[in-house]
Order: sequence, then C-alpha cells, then structure tokens
Amino acid sequence: MKITNITTLLGGNIVTGKERVETPISFGFAADLLSDVLTLEVEGVLLITGLCTLQTIRTAEMAEIDCVIIARGKKVSPAMKDLAERTGLILIEVDCSVYKASGILFDAGLEPVF
Amino acid sequence: MKFEFEIEDGDFAKAGTASSQVKHILKQLNVDTKIIKKTTVAIYEAEVNVVAHAVGGGTLTADINLERIVVEVVDEGPGIEDIPQAMTEGFSTASAAVISMGFGAGMGLPNMRRNADKLEVTSGVGEGTRVVITNYI
Repeated sequence: MKITNITTLLGGNIVTGKERVETPISFGFAADLLSDVLTLEVEGVLLITGLCTLQTIRTAEMAEIDCVIIARGKKVSPAMKDLAERTGLILIEVDCSVYKASGILFDAGLEPVF
Repeated sequence: MKFEFEIEDGDFAKAGTASSQVKHILKQLNVDTKIIKKTTVAIYEAEVNVVAHAVGGGTLTADINLERIVVEVVDEGPGIEDIPQAMTEGFSTASAAVISMGFGAGMGLPNMRRNADKLEVTSGVGEGTRVVITNYI
C-alpha cells in the first residue's frame, strides 16, 4: 500500500516526505512503547502512535521505520519536523485515534507485523 | 578507528544523538544494513538508559575495524542492583517521566541482548554501569 493511499484513507496531513508519497508500505504496527518498536525486524513498516515526541522520530530512525502516523489530532513540533526531514522519515498527522487508524488500514489490507 | 561521544543525563531531546552519529559512520563505511540496524538499536537502548538513569551522564565509545564493531557505554549513575533481574523482559525501575517518553517498558537490556553478538554488562550499586556491545561484521 502506498503512502498516498494511506493518507487518503485516513484523511491525513503529510508533514514531511511529501515528495515520497509513492513509497510502498508492507506492514503496519501500532505502539506507544518505543522499546516495542525497537523489536521489529521487518522492513517497509508504518508506525501508528499517539506518542508525539522527539523520541518517536529518533526511535523511527533507529528502527528503520519508513513512515510514522501521529494519531489523536496531535500536532508535530518544529523540532520533530526538523529531525524527520533530516532522517528522511515520512511523517503524517491524523485526527482519528490509534484504534481507528489501525482498523481502517487493516481493513484496507495493510498486513500486521505479527 | 575510534569515536567518542558524550551523553547528557536527563536530556531526552538529545537522547539518540550519539547512536545516530554511529549509524551514520557505519553507513559511510558500507557496513551491511542488517548489522547497522541491530547495532544502532542496541546502542540506542544503552544511550537511552544513560539519559534515563545516570546522574552525571556518560560516554559512548565506538571502536570499529574490518571485523567487528565494539561500542562501550559507561556511566557513573546509580548502578544495577541485580543484573539478571534487569535482563528480564518487563522489569523496570524507570520514573514516570521516563515512561511518559515511551521508554521504561523493561525492554532495554533484553533488546540490547537480542541485537548484540556479544553483550557484557558490569555494574554495582553506586558504582555506575559499563555496557559493551560487540557485533561482528
């Protein structure tokens, strides 16, 4: 599933990585615990989280996450946006909950990591 | 070649800076991407532990040659009372502030062990902690 389809399905706002909307995503994962994110071993992962901090971006960099969706209507800070741009992360804000975003993407066929 | 980085205690805005720089160096050296990922995850967990627990901060030293990457993370924090217990998934002594940052799930040391070919942890109460992560290239 491509970033452009994911953004449309969730009515999201792409904060960084607008030029890479054709990037394919293979798996979805939802977590607010960053150490859980660091256990993932697959590639092509999208993370849905309500944790809107600089460490979310740093953890995505370490875990080689391609795209992070910040749920629950939270707004990305300038420092988060700057780090996401520097690390090549696609960052999207959505208004809905983590549960709803996960449900929509699962229903549309995005595979879970496990 | 050897690289040394300072880690500041309590500054979560900077947590991961040293690990990010090591990742960048490993990429420049064309190290296999899977080895880069497991190494950066392990040292990031170690760096976050210093930020979260060690008053006075610490240092992260990366020693890289053609055969292996050795990263030593040293702090003068409170130390670990029971290392086998700290290695157990889910065991944590993190503060509420650390948990609110998304850490403190008791996965730090287990994640380090999972992503290191060799992991040495030496610590004593009031004596600080030394973690050495070795990954073979």
